[in-house]
Amino acid sequence: MIEVRDLRVRYGPRTVAHVPELDVGAGECVAVVGESGSGKSTTLLALLGLTEGAEVSGHVRVCGVDVLTAPARRLREIRGARVALVMQSPQAALSPTTRLGVLMRRALGLHGVEAGERAMAEAVEAVLLDPAILRRYPHEVSGGQAQRFAIALALALGAEVVLADEPTSALDVTVQAEVVGVLRRLREERGLALLMVSHDLALVSTIADRVLVMKDGAVVESGPAARVLAEPAHPYTRELLEALP
Amino acid sequence: MTALPVWRPVERLGRVDRLAVLGGVLITLVALSAVLAPWLAPYAENAPDPLHSLEPPGGAHWFGTDLAGRDVLTQVLYGGRTSLTIAVAVLAVSAVAGVTLGVVAGYAGGLVRDVIMRITDVFLAFPALLLSLALAVVLQPSVTTVIVAIAATWWPWYARLAASVAASVATRPYVDAARCLGVPAPLVVLRHVLPNSLTPVLVQVSLDAGGVILTAAALSYLGLGAQEPVAEWGLMVQQSQTYFTTNWWIVTWPGLAILVTAFAFNLLGEGLRAALDPRSGGARQERATKESTSAEAAATISTRVIR
Repeated sequence: MIEVRDLRVRYGPRTVAHVPELDVGAGECVAVVGESGSGKSTTLLALLGLTEGAEVSGHVRVCGVDVLTAPARRLREIRGARVALVMQSPQAALSPTTRLGVLMRRALGLHGVEAGERAMAEAVEAVLLDPAILRRYPHEVSGGQAQRFAIALALALGAEVVLADEPTSALDVTVQAEVVGVLRRLREERGLALLMVSHDLALVSTIADRVLVMKDGAVVESGPAARVLAEPAHPYTRELLEALP
Repeated sequence: MTALPVWRPVERLGRVDRLAVLGGVLITLVALSAVLAPWLAPYAENAPDPLHSLEPPGGAHWFGTDLAGRDVLTQVLYGGRTSLTIAVAVLAVSAVAGVTLGVVAGYAGGLVRDVIMRITDVFLAFPALLLSLALAVVLQPSVTTVIVAIAATWWPWYARLAASVAASVATRPYVDAARCLGVPAPLVVLRHVLPNSLTPVLVQVSLDAGGVILTAAALSYLGLGAQEPVAEWGLMVQQSQTYFTTNWWIVTWPGLAILVTAFAFNLLGEGLRAALDPRSGGARQERATKESTSAEAAATISTRVIR
């Protein structure tokens, strides 16, 4: 679903992200970890072709589309419909003047997805939300509900790939567990490819198959999550693990 | 299963607070009295009666008479037609033009913003009255001239306001999220940037209604707009202000008409602001789920470069 080779994102002379190799297949979860400013989120945006103002080179293929060379219209078609982005701050990512149901209906209409109210209700029920939430405004739901709604939206659109940018960092511990549980279940049941950016190694250990560790824009270590987290080869990875509470 | 979402503008309007309703009722009354002036007015419009000049309010003339002996109540009722027409036309033209250009400039940024804002600056650089005078040289003095002249000097303020708000809204995570959903730029502007930029503009429009009426009066006074014998509130105030200490009624009633109308627009604007912004309003806040967590106040995602 995601195939990256020698991806470089530069702003002027500065390379802010360099990923030599990254593959995420259906049903897989890959986590990109590292401290703030390490290039994790930039990598995610590059996969959506949304690093405007940056010079991007390499090879990026997402859902069969060459992101770096595809026309803008083709990219708009896959954004949301095939590749969904779950953002860090869930409520801030929802337009405050639009009810969640309206937002979902518009997104579905935009991508030509035929979905009645029943289908919309099923999408939110799949992430353990009450369909009544579709009548609410973003300020009327909690952070966890908003984040699960974002995942429901991805499901309703039929997304095959979910890019999650720190999906739990703005949530409290119990809500984090709910969101992670939903992501894990959907990955197993629906074969979602999940690429998650996080600085939370504890979270990563519970969900990721493979891990990329980034520092200062470069990948310093990668491999199976169990191996990288249990026997880190790079000093920076060891630092991150030692920083765990 | 619970009934599913339906966008309900009626429900939103139903949440407008009581003061806003009062504003709406007042505006409706003023508008109705203007429209129905031929039937409501006790005397004919512009019917001078020198024998009854400067009569104080009484049984025959509830609002008194002016220097020419015209019934002030009649003049106020007919004057509402002109003043409201000017106010509504100027605000509608200015707001539509200003907000459209401003939102596009604010969202697009870069060269588009620079071009639109420089054009705006050119209009702002001209003193409003000077620009109006220049327009009056080209156009004949009339109510239409007043509308064109004021709108030409009014829209840049809305453009500036809308541009600054839209530029801020354009960097919000929900706008980025819309782009990530594949929403094309025109729809992002229409559905996300515009609705979330309108609140301050609406409030400004409501506050400007009285100002437009007074500006129209100033232009009429300079011979560029409504002229005698056309009844217009601002013109009535302007012409009779020197009589305020001796014959207060000539200036007070049209002045009160302006005051009440401006006040009503303010109330309505505040109500609209509350209705269009679902985050405001006590009742709705109370409905917010109790599951809300402290994490809601957590840092937002950096909006960096998603443009």
